[in-house]
Amino acid sequence: MSFVEYGDTIKDGDTAIVFLGHESMFPVKVQHGTVTQTKYGVIRHSTDLIGKKYGSKVTCSKGGWVFILHPTPELWTMNLPHRTQILYSTDISIITMMLELKPGSIVCESGTGSGSLSHALIRTVAPTGHLYTVEFHQQRAEKAREEFREHGVEHLVTVTNQDVCKNGFGVSDIADAVFLDIPSPWEAIGHAKSALKAEGGRICSFSPCIEQVQRTCLAMEEYGFTEINTLEILLRVYNVRTISLQIPDLGKAAEDNSSTGFDSSNPSNQGSPCANLQQGTVQFKSGVPLREMVGHTGYLTFATKS
Amino acid sequence: AMEDGLGPGARICEGDCAVLKRDDVFKAVPVLRRRKIIFEKQWFYLDNAIGHIYGTMFEVTSGGNLQPKQDVEETTTDTKEAGTDNRNIVDDGKSQKLTHDDIKALKDKGIKGQEIVQQLIENSTTFRDKTEFAQDKYIKKKKKKYEAVITIVKPSTRILSTMYYAREPGKINHSKTLNRDDNYTPEAWKGGKCGVILCTQMCCLLAEKHTGSYGSIIQMYPGGGPVRAATSCFGFPKLFFNNALMEEESNGLTDEKQTSLQETEEESTTEAAMEINQTEEQETMDINAEDVEFKENKEKANKENVQEKQRKQWERRKKLIETAALLREKNADGLIVASKFHPTPLLLSLLEFVAPSRPFVVYCQYKEVNQVCYFSCYSLRLFCCLTYYLGFFKPLLECYTKLRERGGVINLKLSETWLRNYQVLPDRSHPKLTMSGGGGYLLSGITVVLDKGKSDSSNLEALKMEEPSCKRCRVQDLHC
Repeated sequence: MSFVEYGDTIKDGDTAIVFLGHESMFPVKVQHGTVTQTKYGVIRHSTDLIGKKYGSKVTCSKGGWVFILHPTPELWTMNLPHRTQILYSTDISIITMMLELKPGSIVCESGTGSGSLSHALIRTVAPTGHLYTVEFHQQRAEKAREEFREHGVEHLVTVTNQDVCKNGFGVSDIADAVFLDIPSPWEAIGHAKSALKAEGGRICSFSPCIEQVQRTCLAMEEYGFTEINTLEILLRVYNVRTISLQIPDLGKAAEDNSSTGFDSSNPSNQGSPCANLQQGTVQFKSGVPLREMVGHTGYLTFATKS
Repeated sequence: AMEDGLGPGARICEGDCAVLKRDDVFKAVPVLRRRKIIFEKQWFYLDNAIGHIYGTMFEVTSGGNLQPKQDVEETTTDTKEAGTDNRNIVDDGKSQKLTHDDIKALKDKGIKGQEIVQQLIENSTTFRDKTEFAQDKYIKKKKKKYEAVITIVKPSTRILSTMYYAREPGKINHSKTLNRDDNYTPEAWKGGKCGVILCTQMCCLLAEKHTGSYGSIIQMYPGGGPVRAATSCFGFPKLFFNNALMEEESNGLTDEKQTSLQETEEESTTEAAMEINQTEEQETMDINAEDVEFKENKEKANKENVQEKQRKQWERRKKLIETAALLREKNADGLIVASKFHPTPLLLSLLEFVAPSRPFVVYCQYKEVNQVCYFSCYSLRLFCCLTYYLGFFKPLLECYTKLRERGGVINLKLSETWLRNYQVLPDRSHPKLTMSGGGGYLLSGITVVLDKGKSDSSNLEALKMEEPSCKRCRVQDLHC
């Protein structure tokens, strides 16, 4: 297993995702002789996990079962231990696209935080690219290094423990892209510029507040960045539900029944709603938005050094 | 992956595929000498651009020549004087002293756009009374019109997806969401195994970018051949296409596809032969259309081409066989479906080729169509209309249900992304007026080992496991 390459079977030392159902899951470090408790009972690593195929159903001691999944940056994002606020996959997806990342890209990032974005960046630039990530909090930097080692991606990433606003990224004229998620990104724009290759590259800054964005945009302009563009991406998730609506009895049912042949004449009959006029209800499938959705994570400001 | 030359700092070469950019409008063009290009109501030749670095800004001069724009920024056109509000500004339609004819005359004289803008400002009686912000806005608007600056940029997924969505959304099934939602991009297909993909050109392009040249992509395609216009815009090195194995699909019907696969492998079939003939005809027609001058040489050229074509056909067959073998391993690292066909049968069939614990994603422009409220009538007829429209087109909802019935998938998610652009200027920051709507929907999930034999009971369990208990539904009841 590695976060950048699929393996078929679960091995000792792997990080696997235990899927309990309906968005309920957690990561587990696979180790001979270890047991993991779940609400469905115990999982014994030596017998239940090691040697099994990823994606298998594993029966726990109480007879309930779980699925064991291969780790991916997306699953890790949903399950990682939070040391800071993290970026989620929707923002990450647009960051990787707008930064034009691909295998072989060199990326600078700060701060490392909980490593949610780092894992996605590493996967995108693997196997020939590299991530230089800067974290000023010593313990967080140390923890990130440890995780990268456990996840088999340490050769693709360098973690530096310093203040990016004062000391920069520790590299210059090397990066194809820079990503900033720090409280005062405008103080790091100069360092970002010198980290980027002389021939140019892309930059992105993530900030929750519009005042931060304004200062960042001004700094970007000052340092000669072009194509400055601020955007926000929102994810809307739908529950697929069967809805049942009652038909009002207006006393005209009998005479209008003749015109209700829509169900059989409907060419896309499959999955079409069914009206049960006798019972007085209509059933149909609908995508219902969740009652609450994430309204704001942060503004993403992109620009080009050319 | 550095050899692909897609990075910044590269120079514009003859034969490249480049993207023209003016403000937010993009157009992909081949870089050829003495080829007239029409872009945003202007015509010009790219000859002068050759040799310049990508990202260079050009101005169109007389005779359609491109001239690199001097970086000297305008001397802040004396906008010192400004009003505080618009209480005394009256729209009498006479504030501009220059007439249409005057402006046309200026243009015909070949006067630079910058000077025309300056003249417009000087001849505007209200300009000095406008607020500083309004002056700024006025200048920006005029500049946009008269100072056309064209930037030539290297194609990238970012640029091409924006371009396709704005220019020809129909060709990519309006798949803005998919282009944005890299959640399930095939980045991890790099391990050497392959991913299966049935999609528009745009998302094939995405997949190729993300795998680099390190994995394989099996592109399924309906009809005679894959459409790869967008891919050619990207200017991938040849290496990519060696890895991007092609697979054929007959009209999107997967059953047929599987038979045709087998037949291709085992014996020469009429179907395969017919398809080859078609390709031949097409190629001949292309030749006809392309060069009228070479009409006389056509027959001769055709004869010479026959051998070449036979070689190509043979190579293609070989590839098909290789691909069939690769598919048969049923060990793909992921699946992307984004086509004009109904997604349900495609997904149900293609998922078979994917290994367990791998992501898949289906894109569709529609979740459902439910413009119910336009109908206002009082009887039962209302409900006929209502139910008819609700059920009219909802491929992903159906896909979701069918996948649940099939089993072998978890973490199903139906989603959509919204994108909001912002204007960020000192004291004038706000969301931009328009926001992209209608970017389509995604159905994504993860494959797991499919319990064979007792699939029925396990499906029920899967249902119990995933659907929130209060809203659990009886799937069987829905098909009437």
